[in-house]
Formats: sequence, C-alpha cells, structure tokens
Amino acid sequence: MRSEAGGRRPENTLTIYEKSREGRRAFVSPELDVPEIPISDLLPSDLLRSEPPELPEISEPEIVRHYNGLSKKNFDLDTGFYPLGSCTMKHNPKLNERVAALPGFSRLHPLQEPQYAQGALELMWRLQRQLSEVAGLPHVSLQPSAGSHGELAGLLLTRAYHEDNGEQRTKVLTPDTAHGTNPATVTMSGYEVVKVGTAEDGGVDLDDLRDKAGDDTACLMLTNPNTLGLFDRNIEEIARIVHDAGATLYYDGANLNAVLGISRPGDMGFDIVHFNLHKTFTQPHGGGGPGAGPIAVSDRIEPYLPRPQVVRREGANGHSEPFFDLDFERPKSIGRLRGFQGNFGVFVRSYAYICSVGGDGLKDVSETAVLNANYLRARLAEPGIAEYLPIAFDRLCMHEFVLSGRGARDKLGIRTLDIAKRLLDHKVHPPTVYFPLLVDEALMIEPTETETKERLDGFADAIREILEEAKEDPEIAKNAPYTTPVRRLDEAAAARHPVVRQARPEAGGRRAEGGAPSATPSPSI
Amino acid sequence: MAEESYPDGLLYHPEHDWAKVDGDTATFGVTWYAQDQLGEVVFYDPPDVGTQVNANSAYAEVESVKAVSDVFAPMSGEVTEVNEALKEAPEKINDDPYGEGWMVRVRLSDPSEADSLMDVNAYKESLGR
Amino acid sequence: MSRYTSATDADRREMLDAIGVGSVEELFRDIPEPVRQREPIAMPDGMAEQDVYDHLRALASRNRDAEQEVTFAGGGMYDHYVPALIDSILQRSEFLTPYTPYQPEISQGGLQVMFEFQTAISELTGLPVANASMYEGPSSVASAGYMARLDNGRSKFVVSRGVHPNSRETLATYAHAFGSEVVEVPLDGRGATHLGALAAAVDDDTSAVILQQPNFLGTVEDLGPLAEAAKRTGAVLVCAVDPLTLGILRPPGEFGVDVAVGEGQSLGNRLDFGGPSFGFYAATEKFLRRMPGRIAGETVDVDGKRGFVLTLQTREQHIRREKATHNICTAQALNALAGVIYLSWLGKRGVVELGELMLRRTAYAREALGAELVNPGPVVREFAIRLPNLDEVCERARAEGINPGHRLRYYYPEYEDCLLVAITERRTRKDIDRLAEIVQGAREEVHA
Repeated sequence: MRSEAGGRRPENTLTIYEKSREGRRAFVSPELDVPEIPISDLLPSDLLRSEPPELPEISEPEIVRHYNGLSKKNFDLDTGFYPLGSCTMKHNPKLNERVAALPGFSRLHPLQEPQYAQGALELMWRLQRQLSEVAGLPHVSLQPSAGSHGELAGLLLTRAYHEDNGEQRTKVLTPDTAHGTNPATVTMSGYEVVKVGTAEDGGVDLDDLRDKAGDDTACLMLTNPNTLGLFDRNIEEIARIVHDAGATLYYDGANLNAVLGISRPGDMGFDIVHFNLHKTFTQPHGGGGPGAGPIAVSDRIEPYLPRPQVVRREGANGHSEPFFDLDFERPKSIGRLRGFQGNFGVFVRSYAYICSVGGDGLKDVSETAVLNANYLRARLAEPGIAEYLPIAFDRLCMHEFVLSGRGARDKLGIRTLDIAKRLLDHKVHPPTVYFPLLVDEALMIEPTETETKERLDGFADAIREILEEAKEDPEIAKNAPYTTPVRRLDEAAAARHPVVRQARPEAGGRRAEGGAPSATPSPSI
Repeated sequence: MAEESYPDGLLYHPEHDWAKVDGDTATFGVTWYAQDQLGEVVFYDPPDVGTQVNANSAYAEVESVKAVSDVFAPMSGEVTEVNEALKEAPEKINDDPYGEGWMVRVRLSDPSEADSLMDVNAYKESLGR
Repeated sequence: MSRYTSATDADRREMLDAIGVGSVEELFRDIPEPVRQREPIAMPDGMAEQDVYDHLRALASRNRDAEQEVTFAGGGMYDHYVPALIDSILQRSEFLTPYTPYQPEISQGGLQVMFEFQTAISELTGLPVANASMYEGPSSVASAGYMARLDNGRSKFVVSRGVHPNSRETLATYAHAFGSEVVEVPLDGRGATHLGALAAAVDDDTSAVILQQPNFLGTVEDLGPLAEAAKRTGAVLVCAVDPLTLGILRPPGEFGVDVAVGEGQSLGNRLDFGGPSFGFYAATEKFLRRMPGRIAGETVDVDGKRGFVLTLQTREQHIRREKATHNICTAQALNALAGVIYLSWLGKRGVVELGELMLRRTAYAREALGAELVNPGPVVREFAIRLPNLDEVCERARAEGINPGHRLRYYYPEYEDCLLVAITERRTRKDIDRLAEIVQGAREEVHA
C-alpha cells in the first residue's frame, strides 16, 4: 500500500508566522489627518506596550496563498458526501451567502436604534414566527449562539420557572444515549445529572423513567428522534410521566430534520425546544461555527425568556405601520445569555432558506431525509456488509441510523476507526464514530435530504469495498489513510506535551522552548 | 506497550488496581488490563501528598486521548508519596504498569483490608485469563 | 420537490422497493397518530431564488447601515474596515462548509488556522495559552467566571461597573444557575473603576475579579493597582480586553491577569447587527486543562510529518460529559479565521500603527467636540461626553446622516445626558469636524 502513498509530495506545513520576514506588510495605514501628538503624551508609560506582539510580517499575495493553501487541506461539504451523524450536513444554499452580505444587514451596527433597524428586526420577528410554527410552540427567542447555548437557556428557563413557583428542584434526567452537551449543560446550570436507561427497542426505558421522575426532578432532556435515529413511540407516555412529576420536558433539536411538517415537538408535549440553525436550517458549519441555537417555549415558560425580545407593536408611535422593537421590560426574564441580539447573520441565512423551500418544501425536506436514510440503511443491510456492520436496532429509522462495527472487529480484525480512516481514501467524510456510547464500535450515519441516490449507492459501494479489501488484508484499513495531506496523527503526543501556539522567534532564529515536538523537523524562522 | 502480565505477590482489586503491601505501607497502581483498556495514557492527575484515600473510592484520574478514568484505591490510608515522574511521562503507566508506572505510596490505616483483595490467580480468573 | 433535494419519482420508487415499504408515509409509522401534524405547515410555499433575493433586499433597505451613515457608534462593536481578502478567503467552501475537524487527516487547513489563531491571541494578550474561539464577548466573560468557580469553589464575583453591561448581565444570568453572587464595583468620578471600592469588595470568598480594558466608557484602566487589589486573596483575575487596542496597550498578561477574554468583532468581522463574531479566551498555563472550548495542538503523523489535531479533548463535553469544564461545542471557527487573517494583514507593525492612528484621532475628536468629558483620563478609541442638549444633538446628527454614538442612559442612568463616541480608523478628521459642528451648533442655540 505504500505505493499509493508514494504519489504524495511533501507539502508545505509552515505556519504564517514562519513565513514572516521583517519589513513586509499588507496593511497601509490611512493618512494621519490630525496633529501628530507624541504617543507618550496620550498614554502613561506604564500602560503602554513595550514590544509589539509577534504578528506576522507578510504581503497580501502571500496571505492569500497561505490560506488558499490551507483550504486545500480541508475536505468540505461542497466537495463530497459528508454523512456525519447528528450533524445534518445538508447543502448550504449559495443565495444565503449573497443576502447575508447585503450591506443593510452586514454593515448594520448592533446598537443602531430600532427605528433605523426596522428591516433587521422584522426579519428576526418573521423568523421567530416561522420557528414557532415548526416547533408547535408559541414563543421564540433567537438569542442563544449554538445548540449547547440553547440547552443552557432551556435549563435556566426551567430553573426560573420552578423558582417562580416556589420550588427548588435539583435533578435533570438525561437518557444514556444523550449528546455530551446535555449532561455538561446540566452541571453548568447547577443541577445534578440522573441517567435514564434505554429499552430493548431503543427508546426510553419507561420503568426506569417512572422510578427516577419525582418531585426533585426539574426536567427531562430528550431528543426525538433520538441519537439512534429512532422515533420514541412512547413519547406521549413520557410526556405524561414528566409532567405528572411537575418537571419540564426539553427537546434537543439536533434531530429536528426528521420531523419538519410531520410532527411538532409542541404537540409531543415538549415545553422548551432548541433549534440548531446550522443543522436544520442550512447555516454553513464554518469548520466549527458560527451557528445559532434559538429556543421555542410554551406559554408557561414565556415570562422567563431572555431579554431583549423582538416584538411587533401594532401601529405604535401614531403610525399605521407596525413597529418592530426590542423589548427589555421583562421583569421575570432569566436575563441575557450574550451580547446584543444574537447571531443575526445566521438568522438572515436561515430565514432565506425557509422562504426558499416554504411550508411544502420543509415537509419534503424531512420526507426525503428519512427516505435517504432508510435507503442507505437497506443498502448497508445487504450481504457482504451486514454481517460485519450489523444495525444496532433493526427497525425503520428516521433521518439517521447506527451500525455496530463489532462484526468487522471480530471477523476481520479491523475497528470502526479503521473503516472511518479508509473511507478518507474514498473521498468520503466518515460517519460519526463511537457515538452513541451504548453501541459497540458505533457508526452513526446521516445522509440528509440533499444527497442523490447515486451518492448513497457510492457510499454503500465504498463500504463494501473496504470490507472486502479487509478480508484479503486487514492491514490496509489499519494503516489508512494514504491519500490525505497527512496520515494518522499522534494524538497521544499532542496531549502529553501540548504545543498550542507557535513558538516565538528568538535571537539567532532558533525557536523558543515549548516549540514543535522534537520529532518535528524544526523549520527556521 | 508492555506484554500482558500479572505479577505474583501483588494484591488485586476488581477495578483493575494493584497494591504491593510492605508492612503498614503500600504502593498502588493499575494493572496491565486497565492500561490496555484505556489505551495510550496522556495525563495523570495525582492526589496531593497527605490526602486520605479510602478503599474502593477514586483517588486519582488518568486520561487517554479520548477517555477519562477514575483510579480506585484498593486499600485505605494516607498518601505519603506520588510518582512525580508520571507528570512528564504518563506513558510509563502503559510501558511498565507494575514498575515505573506506580501511582502513589500510602501509609495504610487498616492493613487487614488486604484480606478482601484478590491474589493473582483469583484476579486472572476474574479476567477469564 | 424543493430545489435542494433531488429524489425523482423514479428514484423514490426504487428506493422504497429497496427498503421494502410501499410509500414514504409508511416510513413514519413509528410516530403515534395523536402527535402527527395533520395540517400543512402554516407558511407560504417555497419561492423562486430571485423572489427571495428581492424580499431580503427590501428588508435590508429598511435598515440604516454603516455604508449609509457616518457612524460614531461603538459600545463593544466597531465600524472598522474589513479588508477584501477576508471576504474572498471566507467564501472558500473548504473553510465555509466543513464541520468541526473531527477527522484531522482531512482537516489540516482548519486545524492549522486554529493553531495560528491561538498564537495570535496569545501574542496580543501576553498569556501563554488560548483556545480556538468562544461564541462572542459577553458569554466569554461569563464562561471565565464559571471556570473560576470550578477552580476555587468560591461563590462571589466582583465585577467592575466598567465591564460591558451585556457582559455583566450575562455573568449574572450564568452565576444565578451555579449559585454564585455578583457584586458590582462602581466607577469613580473619572469614569475608571473605583480602586478603594474594589479593594473593599474583594474577600476570601471572592472567586474571580472581573475588569475590562479599556472599560465600557473607553477609559484605559490603571490595571497595575487594580490587579494588585484584586489578587490579594487569591481570586482569579479576569480581564475583558479589546484586542485591537493591544498593539499599543500593555497586554493583560503583564499585569498578572489570569484569564483574558473578549469580543473579536473588531478583528476583521462584520457588524452584522451584533453577530456572528467570535469570542476569545486566553489564560496562564495553570488553566490549560480547565479551559472551555476547542484547542488545536501540534504533533506529527505516522511518517513524522508535521500536523495539527484537536487536543486536550478530555476537558470537553463529548468526553467528560457532566464533569466537563464547559458545555460549548459549536463555536465560531469561521469568524476566528477572519480574525487571524485580519491580524496577519495588519501585521506586527500595522497593529501598532492602527492603534496610534485611533489614539491620535480620538484625542483630536475629544478636543474638537469641546464637550464635558465624562472620562477625562487616557482613552484609545472611545470616550463619553456630557451634552445638556443631547436630544437636540442626536436629532440634528441623524438628519445629516450621522449616527453620533451610543446614548448611555439605558445601561447607565447616572449618565443620563451622556453620549459614548467611538473613533475608528474610518472616521476621518472631516467626519469628526462635521460632528463637532453639530455639537457646537446645538450648544450655541441653547446659549442664544
């Protein structure tokens, strides 16, 4: 297999700091059109910086080449299939980028007074109405910055609700299949995590839930469909148990892409929902953000929503036109979760997306996402694959499904990680691996609605090929990948002796202590 | 990583920890099986000298790249020494789990707790070895 | 069929056959009838691309943006020039459309960007370690408070009234949940944190002391004595900093600050009505394993070739779950990329030159406006003035296409008739003179 690797040429891995040369520049300062007062007259010397920060000295063409070069070392959604489970890697429409860049949005100052920001506030209000309709819950706050921030909002709202009712509840229930953000958020919110088990069919274990839901329970956090891609058939009973205990029911919207126009969290009995605009509503992921995590809530939770809230005032100020405003007068509000009005640029993209597909299109989105997932599930249940990668729960799935790599491990001696790495050589992003935790050697696959049947077939073929190849020689997968900009990286070394910044240049061009690990050829600056 | 082994003369705890008792003091560490399950150890967070540890309770954490595990005390007592070398070289826990990978030394508060621990044969049997 | 899906009727039939069901409807049979959505979504049908564009453009046209007016608004986000190369690089799909880099072999671009970003933040703040981004400024302040609470278990935050009001409110929101108290230290008569009051507020139960440099009024705080008073009982010293002033201001790391956080918008990010931008988080070595968020680290691959990975992940929610140092997952990677490109564009000398330009133009503006200064001490690009006829000034300015700045009355009732004015490098002497004319014109009218 080394021959395949033989085609790789060593690539430039210098950082931008290592490309710096004294005297180069990209920035030219605007003209000084005011008196040149000595800096020492304007700032006391003990507050002045003595040495400039070691930022690079580099020209514009070289900056562009540097980042262009780096971009080519990334695999991305516009290049190929990205079935990363629970991440909803659907196409990011190009129109959204164009409208988000309109100066009326992108150049609008966050403290602009509402009378001069009517278009922005109206857009936010309209998005709130759209999300409310999708959730089946009457009130929306757009403020949280991402899914986990929405979760935090949800638990702070839960706390405010119980406190307002004179109750001090201490525990939050999360299923053992939950995303890690759920338990982490519980702790940050000052609550204690209580895990609820999973039943034979992949849903919540109702007996366990009945045992654990009590008058100290503040909330149950659930995603439905769950992280196994299964819709919990007992959702009504779950809601009954939780509400009878006096707790709130929280919907983690990570998997909302399965149920648009099909079933609304509000109708399932949820009190609080968060959306991931960067999953369901096409905000590009940006290599790790930005996103946005708006929340929708029921009437009983509404008084506590974060402030400010975007509102529409009918015919205010003597105008017949409605006036869109920021409402700060919310005495029971949990307060702010961040600065200003939230990730507005994300709202513009998601609003444009929802307008583009419309009510009919949203339902088509979920139907196609579920069709694609089930089709791929069926393709991967064919002989030659299923004996190595059996499905974890053999039912119709929703928008995603989970396979177990235990067959491949036991029969072929390759692990899920090896399959994932070998997929990289097939120019496909691997599924989410080793999650959810209760499935041995898990592969979690979410194709999304924007993929064609041919792409799904191509993925199934790649999996089959990898397994067949492993029957002949498991070492191929175990040492994959071969065609990527780098091969398997030493993550243990990175964690044992963390090098988390570029070393500063020292006199004589040597890199300072704490620079690159000794195994790295040390490029001179 | 080291070859699989379980030395004679150590006492074993079901959470895959070992104790080497010498009168009223003991040295603790984790077994080959434990380090194998964990994978490459990248960080060891020891207790402070002087800390009281209790049998069957966690006294330290070890981390691999993608997991964190509690380390359980096989017996109770006061920590008199921690293996400082693991700060710089936590991989010793993988390379030499019964030697340079030792974790703490403890002045035992109840040496008779040794009676509840397994000998090497019982431990191997519990592993199905 | 919406234009972003592509299953044809023929595809659908073939796929349903392979699945072994008769209809798409059947795929949803697990969903109990009572929770089914029976009515269509109450929303108009989808629109053609050009119609969506026209609709959004009409909404955009009802905002007064910084292209249409001369803005002196600041208060946490600023009208700095964003160089064109940022737009061009950020629209590359390889940066725009991947997920968080979970597969390092095919994510070296994003990971190296994170590493370079961490380096730039470390350089600016004078602190050795930084993460790869937070959501934005105020929630980064709150997150620093949470880390202090986990670190020392103490239950009180002492926060200067000079810290951005949104940061103080966000901190209070978070602190209520994990049971910490927030105590505010007032500003003195010169718009700086009251040193005596700070010293008196700090006690053995103080978990963190939180300052901002420059503070919300633009005052450059005298961090030396404040830091000394703050750290007397071993509290974590957190300082929210404006990164674009750090080319000329002494960095927080040199004052003994333990954690420097802040809002990154001024570094090459759009105004965007408040987001998305990015937050940053830098700290002393001691807190490396307690920090929130992603951290990229350098390593080598099996062939010995240099590469980058997400490291120290055992801090994070997906591994440590309820014991995680924070719940953050998706952050602001693309905005942080804009930040590091911007800092490379400015460069080692530009960051100083830009700071000096702002400093001098701001000094000129303070003089030219000729109004009473709320904070007469040193400032970099922002300052507050008291204008007895503030309504008049604002009205006139607006009529001339000028946004005169942020009125302080909502967040600071004690500064009822005061205006916060920001002078970025985009505000020329001519712009400043126009505002000065309005301020003085309004004053003459009052006196007449």
